[in-house]
Amino acid sequence: MSEVLLKIRNLKTRLGDNNHPVYAVDGVDIEVYRGEVFALLGESGCGKSITALSAMRLLPPSGRIIQGEAWIEGTNLFELPEMEMRRVRGGQMGMIFQEPMTSLNAVIPIGEQIGEAVRLHDSENRENIPGRVVELLRSVGIPDPERRAHEYPHQLSGGMKQRVMIAMALAGKPRLLIADEPTTALDVTIQAQVLSLLRDLQRRTGMAVLLITHDLGVVSEVADRVAVMYAGQIIELSESRSFFRQPAHPYSRKLFDSLPGLHKRGRELAVITGSVPLLNQHFTGCRFLDRCDQAQDICAREAPDWSPMAPGRGVRCHLSGVLPVSRTLTGRYSKVESNDSVGETAMRLDVTGLKVHFPIHQGVFKRVVGHVKAVDGLSLSIASGRTLALVGESGCGKTTAGKGILQLVRPTAGQVCFNGEELTRLSPGALRARRAEMQIIFQDPVASMNPRMLVGDIIVEGMQAQKIGANRSERLARISDLLAQVGLPADAADRYPNEFSGGQRQRICIARALAVDPSFIVCDEPTSALDVSVQAQVLNLLKELQRQRGLAYLFITHNISVVSYLAHEVAVMYLGRIVERGNVDEVLQSPRHPYTQALLSAVPQIDSQKGVSVIRLDGDMPSPANPPGGCHFHPRCSQILAQCKHSYPASVRLSETHSVNCFRVGHYAATSR
Amino acid sequence: MIAQLVVLWTDALIFLLLFLALAFGIYASRKPHLRRPWGMVVGSRVGMGTLVVLLFYLVVGLLDSVHFHPWAQSSDGSGEKIPSTEVISLFDSLVSELRARQEKTYSAPLATHLYAKEIIELADGSTIRDFPRLRYAGAHLSDPEQSGADILRLSALGILKGVAVSLVSANVLIMLLAVAARSNFGEQARRVLQNRTEVPWRVVLVVLSMMLVLIFWSAELASRYHLLGTDKVGEDVFYQALKSIRTGLVIGTLTTLVMLPAAILLGIMAGYFRGWVDDIIQYIYTTLNSIPGVLLIAAAILMLQIYMSNHEEEFNSLVERADLRLLFLCIILGVTSWTGLCRLLRGESMKLREVDYVQAATAFGVSHLRIIGRHILPNVLHIVLIAVVLDFSGLVLAEAVLSYVNIGVDPTMNSWGNMINSARLEMAREPIVWWSLAAAMLFMFILVLAANLFSDVVRDAFDPRLGGSR
Repeated sequence: MSEVLLKIRNLKTRLGDNNHPVYAVDGVDIEVYRGEVFALLGESGCGKSITALSAMRLLPPSGRIIQGEAWIEGTNLFELPEMEMRRVRGGQMGMIFQEPMTSLNAVIPIGEQIGEAVRLHDSENRENIPGRVVELLRSVGIPDPERRAHEYPHQLSGGMKQRVMIAMALAGKPRLLIADEPTTALDVTIQAQVLSLLRDLQRRTGMAVLLITHDLGVVSEVADRVAVMYAGQIIELSESRSFFRQPAHPYSRKLFDSLPGLHKRGRELAVITGSVPLLNQHFTGCRFLDRCDQAQDICAREAPDWSPMAPGRGVRCHLSGVLPVSRTLTGRYSKVESNDSVGETAMRLDVTGLKVHFPIHQGVFKRVVGHVKAVDGLSLSIASGRTLALVGESGCGKTTAGKGILQLVRPTAGQVCFNGEELTRLSPGALRARRAEMQIIFQDPVASMNPRMLVGDIIVEGMQAQKIGANRSERLARISDLLAQVGLPADAADRYPNEFSGGQRQRICIARALAVDPSFIVCDEPTSALDVSVQAQVLNLLKELQRQRGLAYLFITHNISVVSYLAHEVAVMYLGRIVERGNVDEVLQSPRHPYTQALLSAVPQIDSQKGVSVIRLDGDMPSPANPPGGCHFHPRCSQILAQCKHSYPASVRLSETHSVNCFRVGHYAATSR
Repeated sequence: MIAQLVVLWTDALIFLLLFLALAFGIYASRKPHLRRPWGMVVGSRVGMGTLVVLLFYLVVGLLDSVHFHPWAQSSDGSGEKIPSTEVISLFDSLVSELRARQEKTYSAPLATHLYAKEIIELADGSTIRDFPRLRYAGAHLSDPEQSGADILRLSALGILKGVAVSLVSANVLIMLLAVAARSNFGEQARRVLQNRTEVPWRVVLVVLSMMLVLIFWSAELASRYHLLGTDKVGEDVFYQALKSIRTGLVIGTLTTLVMLPAAILLGIMAGYFRGWVDDIIQYIYTTLNSIPGVLLIAAAILMLQIYMSNHEEEFNSLVERADLRLLFLCIILGVTSWTGLCRLLRGESMKLREVDYVQAATAFGVSHLRIIGRHILPNVLHIVLIAVVLDFSGLVLAEAVLSYVNIGVDPTMNSWGNMINSARLEMAREPIVWWSLAAAMLFMFILVLAANLFSDVVRDAFDPRLGGSR
C-alpha cells in the first residue's frame, strides 16, 4: 500500500501564448500509492484536469510543461520519446473522461473499439481479442456482453457508455486509472453504479485510481486520500477520513460550510465571497487571500509554504498551526428567522393532469407513429412563499413540466390554473399580458443571455415587453435597484454578459426575472452548472428574495441536498409522472416509494458513518416514448408485486400532505388499517 | 469636363452598397462582439495584404462607376461646346489616351508593328506586303529597332517614380501613425519595420509599394505602347481588362445585395416559426434549387434581350442598355443563389429558437418581431458575413462562365468573360493571339485569389467554433 506508483514533482504547466501565459498548474507535488484511490478535489478552472493531462502528456496544443517531473514505476514520463509514451498511455496509465458521449467513436461497434485497445496494449490476449473484450465488458457489469459488443455507441445509455470507457481503459491492465470527473455527466443512480464499479475494480485488480472531481460527496464515498487544489496549487493533502473530520485549510472548511443540507435549513449558507482568482497573474501572497475571512497581514505579504501537520497530512497556509481544529468552529451561520408563511399576496397555482406529448414522425409523409410522453398527467399546486422541489433524474420530464406550466411549450392536455385563471385556454395575446406574473431561471447561465446584448438591455427587455416603468430613466433606476438586490454593482448594466463569472451571470438572470415583478418563478436547475462555493451565494439569494417578496418557486433539480436545504415540499418524478410527494421532512426522512428510496440512498453522503447501504437500481430509465406497462418503475423495482405489471398504482394518501403511487404502500396501508 | 451626370442603375446600387457597408462599419465599431473579429482580420498579415490589393480594384471600380456626358464641339462648326451623346466614366476620362489610341487590328504586347501583314505603299510608289508600323505604339521612335532600349528606359523611369511615390506614402503613413500613437517618428518607424505594431503595417507598406511600383511602371509603358497588346478592332487590351474590373465587382457585390434580404428574411422565418411557414419556404427553395441555374439564367436573359430589341426607343444609349442587362444578370444570379444561405440560416435559427435566452424572451411576452430582431438576427450575422465574402469570388467566376456561353453581360460591355469568349476564336488563329485571354486571366486571378484569401481570414475570425483558437 505504501509503495509510490505515480510521483509528480513540482509540476508547472502553462497555457496560452508566451505573451499572455496562464499559469494553470503552478508547482504541484503528488504521490499516488499502489492500489489506492487518490482524489484530486477542486473547483472548475483550478488546474486539476491539466495536472492529469500533463502526466499523460496529452496537453492541448497551447499547453506547455515548464518545469517538474513525473515518474511512474521508475520511468521518467517527461523524458520518454513519444513512441514509448504511447505504450505507457493505456498500458501503465489508463484514462476516462467526463463526457462518455463524445469519447466513443459513433460509427464503430464498441467491441471493436475495446478490441483495438486490447490489441495495442495486451500482448497476451492478442490471439483471443473477442474473448477478452467480452471478459472486459462483463467485468464492468454490462449484461449480455456477447451481444453488446456488436452494438454501436448510440444504442447504449450514458451510464453504459461510461462503463465501456472504463472497460477500454482496463484493456491494457493499467496500474493507474486516471478518472477525470467520471460521473459528473451522469444521474445520481447511475453515478452510484459507476462509483461502486470503480471501487470494486480497484479492489479486485489492485490498480490505483487518480480520481479528479469537484464533488465532496464522491470523494467521501470512494477516496482513500484527498488533495485539495486551488488556483493551480495543492493547498491541502490528507487521509480522506481525517479530511472529512477536520479540514485544515480555511478554503476546505468554507467548502463544507457552503454545502446545502437539511441541518442548515432556515439558516443562511456560509458563502465564499468572490470567485477563483484568474491564473494569468503572479501571486505575491496567498492565493486564497481575497476570499479568506481569517487573513492576516502575513498572508498578503508572502505566499505560504507547504507545512506538514501529521504524517501524510499537510496544508498550504500560514495559519496551519494556529487555527482551531474543529470544522464547525468557523460558525458564521447567521440565523434567518424561518418565514414559511408569508402567503399574504396569495398567489396560487394549481396544475391538474398536465400532459405534454411530443409526436414522433416517421416516413416520407411524416406520419405520427407515436408520442414521447415527456409529461404524462402531472398535478401539483404551489402557493406564495412556498418552494416546491421537483426531483428526478435527467429525462424524466421535469424541465418540460416547468415549461409546460409556463406555456413555453403548449401542453397536450390538462389544466394550469394560475390565480383562478386557466392559462392553457388563453389566446397568445392574453397570455403575453400575463407573462409578468411567472418567470423562469435556466440552468445554464451562459446560454440564457444573448451574448450580443448589454446586461442593462437584457434586464430591460422584459420591462419593455410588459410596459413596466413609464420612461427610460425610470427603467434605468429600476435596473440599478435590481442589480443592487442581487448583489452586483450598478455599472454592470453597461457591460456584456461574458465579462461576468458563472455565479454573477446567474444573478443577472435572477435580476432579469425579477424585473417584471413575478409572483412565481420556475427555477430550472439554477445551481447545477455552478461550483459549490458559488452555488451557496445563489441559494442564499433565492431564499432571501423569497422571504422579502413572498415568491413561490418551482425548483427543478436533481440535487437532493439543495432540496433539503431550500424546499418546503417535494415531488419526485419518474418518467413523466409524480410517484411521491409530500413535505420535505416526510419525503426525505421516510421515503415510501421504492424509487425515492433508491434515489436518496444513491446520493453520495459526506458523513458516511451513517452507513446507509445504497439501493442499487439496475439498468436505466426506459424511454418516455415507450414506457413499460403497469407501474412505470416495475422493471427496476426490487419490491415488485404481481399487480405492478398490469396497472398503474393509484395515489395513496399517507398523511395530509404525503402521498405515494405504489401498490406496496397501498397494500401496507390497507392491511395496517 | 463633366457636362451632364448620368446615373446608371448599377452605379446607384453600388454607391448604396458602399453607403451600407460604411454604415455597418460604424455600427460594428460600437459593438465589441463585432469589433473583436474585425480586429482579428485587421491584425492578420494575409488579411491586410489582400485588403490593399482589393482596395486598388475597388478604387478602379468606383472611378468607373461615375458616368457622365462629356463636353464636345458642336458639329455645326461654331466652336460652341455642347454635351456629347456619348457616356463615359471618370475612369475613362483619366485614361482617355488608352481609350483613344485605337489601332487597326491585333498587335502583340509592347509591339511597334501590327500583327497582320498588309500591303504598304512605299514612298517611291511601290507596294510591299509587310507588318505596318502601329499608329500610336512606339510612334515616337524614328527607328523601331530601338524599341527595346526605349522600353527599358521607360521601365526604369516608371519604377523610379513608383519607388519615390511609395517612399513618400510610407513616410506619410508612419507620420500619421506616430501622431495617432503619440510617439515620435523614429520610434514609430522602428516599430513598423520590426513588425511590432498591432496592425501589420509592414505588410501593408510592402504590398502598397509593390502595387504602386507596378502601377507607375505600367502607366509609363502604357503611355507609349500597348502594354498588353490590342484586340481584333485595335482596342487596347490593358484598357479592356481595367474596365472589366467594374463588371466583376458589380456582379460579385450587387448579386449579394439582391439576394440578402430574401435569404435572411425567409431563412430566419422558416427556422423560427417552423410549421407551415417552414413548409412553404422549404418548398419554394427546393423547387428553385431543382431548376438548373444556367437554364433559368439563359431564359431570363433571352427574354430581356427580346424585350430590349422590341423597345429600343426606351434606352438613351448603348451604355444604358448594357447596364440594364448587367443589373438583370445580377438579379437573376441572386435569385438562383440565395437558397444556400437561406438553408444555413434556417438551420441556425432553428437552433437559436430553442436557446434559453430566446425562451426567456418568450417568457417575458416579447413579440416575435422583436425576438427575431434582437436575438436571432444579431446571432446569425456572422454567417451572413461569411457567406457574402465567400460568394464574392464564386460570382466573379460565374460571370466569366456565363459570358463565355453568351448568356452573360452585354457583348458591348467590357468584361473578363467577354474577353475570354472572344479569345476562343483568337486561340484558333495562326499565329495564335494569346494576350486577351492572358490579360483576362491575370486580372481575374489576382482579384479572386485576393478575395479568397481575404474571405478565409474573415471566416476564421467570425466562425464561433474557431473562437480564439488562433
